[in-house]
Amino acid sequence: MSALLETVGLTRFFGMVRAAENLNVRVDEGEMVGIIGSNGSGKTTFLNLATGYLKPERGRIVLAGRDITALLPRSITRMGVARSFQIPQLYLGLTVIENLLLSLAARCAGVGLWAPLHRTESHAEARRILAQFGLEPHAQRTVHELPEGARKLLDIAVAVALRPRLLLMDEPTAGVSTEDKFEVMDTLAAVLRGAEITTIFVEHDMDVVLRYSRRVLVFDQGLVIADGRPEAVLADAGVRRAVLGHV
Amino acid sequence: MPPRIRAALAFFGLLAVLLALPFLLSGWVLFLLTVAGAKALAVLGVVLLLRGKLLTFGHALYYAAGAYAAGMAVKYWDVHEMLVLLALGLLAGAMLSALLGLLIARYRAVYFALLNLAFSMVLYGILLKFYAVTGGTDGIGIAEPTLAGWRPGAASLRIVLYESTLVLVALLVYLAHRFSVSPAGYVLRAIRDNEVRVEYVGTSVWRIVYLTYVIAGALAGIAGALIGLSVGHITPDLAFWSQSGEFVFVAILGGTGSVLAPVVGSILFEFIRNYAFELSPYTWQMTLGIVLLVIIFFLPGGVWSLAQTAARRGAR
Repeated sequence: MSALLETVGLTRFFGMVRAAENLNVRVDEGEMVGIIGSNGSGKTTFLNLATGYLKPERGRIVLAGRDITALLPRSITRMGVARSFQIPQLYLGLTVIENLLLSLAARCAGVGLWAPLHRTESHAEARRILAQFGLEPHAQRTVHELPEGARKLLDIAVAVALRPRLLLMDEPTAGVSTEDKFEVMDTLAAVLRGAEITTIFVEHDMDVVLRYSRRVLVFDQGLVIADGRPEAVLADAGVRRAVLGHV
Repeated sequence: MPPRIRAALAFFGLLAVLLALPFLLSGWVLFLLTVAGAKALAVLGVVLLLRGKLLTFGHALYYAAGAYAAGMAVKYWDVHEMLVLLALGLLAGAMLSALLGLLIARYRAVYFALLNLAFSMVLYGILLKFYAVTGGTDGIGIAEPTLAGWRPGAASLRIVLYESTLVLVALLVYLAHRFSVSPAGYVLRAIRDNEVRVEYVGTSVWRIVYLTYVIAGALAGIAGALIGLSVGHITPDLAFWSQSGEFVFVAILGGTGSVLAPVVGSILFEFIRNYAFELSPYTWQMTLGIVLLVIIFFLPGGVWSLAQTAARRGAR
């Protein structure tokens, strides 16, 4: 397996708070890696560093052999890294399908000035992606009319429409009801497997991590304190204390 | 009938009626419509920017730049050809906005609004004080333009200017429509909602804002040249902040829902101002203020929202 994403000695502080220190993480092509940790342990900071939203004080980020540490988020996105957010980042005033069409335009023809955004061929692809996520019935609704769960899926669909090599998801089941979370994750896992997208996802829910990831990284106060198979990692008393607050 | 064909028929039908108007209307109405059409182009630029939540209080900067580019060409190079003067206006607006946009497109909200205002007042100061070049408050006269080599007589000049403005407005409104429905036009609306996501699909927010800013500058530049030709005289007041405020006023009056809204808003504004001045010469600004209040409270989408409501009812 070749490394798709590799961080070397990644370090970032916010004042006195250690958000990331000496993070050496390697994610291989085809993996689905879960990240767990208590609030403030540095999970989202890791995603923000990997996608260029934050710059590290020390260390390097390497994507498929290329150093991307100094690049802007949009350049990293163009190199095949897409992300979704804990709070969905969508265009609230546009329709669901328009949110996807803008990803397709950015990926394919570029953001042109003449040919219209709404075209038969791009509509067909957008609808195919929406159908995969079960969002097709909402295609013509504006995003601010959508329920939270559908927004969460759309946020991921907007990222998947870019056909990334690596997808970073920040709490894909946050805001989704307990009874719906496995359905949402089943949908996501099927789409990501089908599209062969390497995935890293931050998650609070241990059931979700156990069921959907084959490898889990445990963050605590900006450090990776464990890295391995979920069953083994979650059986460790130190990890349970750090993540759950009890053994 | 498909909606696209219906819209095209309505557009060309309206254009035909407007082209025939000089034979039906008196001279002063024609003049008012010419001025409204010219200013509508500057307002169109303001509306495009507003779609990206970019409010400018200094758009008269490019309006005056266009007018003075045409004026200087008349004064110093003795150019009278309307097509050349309009092209110069467009170029002046585009080039100046391309230069200042490098800085201004990085700012948002109140900083964007006030940076534009500041630059427009700098130009106002230059136009006012460099008397030897700009003529100061005396301004520059732009008399007797030719159209493709033909010099219309005094009687037909007004009609020629009206028809030229109309054709230009129709063309530029169409181009603005194409821009609005293109991916770039939609990205602009996306920027209004969420700049972070735009960057995270790999699109440069700055590039789209800059592009729109230059388009808006070019539109204001050609509007300024048209005004110079229509009125026959330009003064530094074209760059004054109240002129920029007027563009924003008309943009709110017309609404941002369509590229035709600035045209409707601009015509309405010229007539309201004209009648307000005629009915109460000392309090006409108050009348405009009341109109703006009524629009904000009762028609926040501008007068164009009335047409949208009517279209929705018709569709039902």
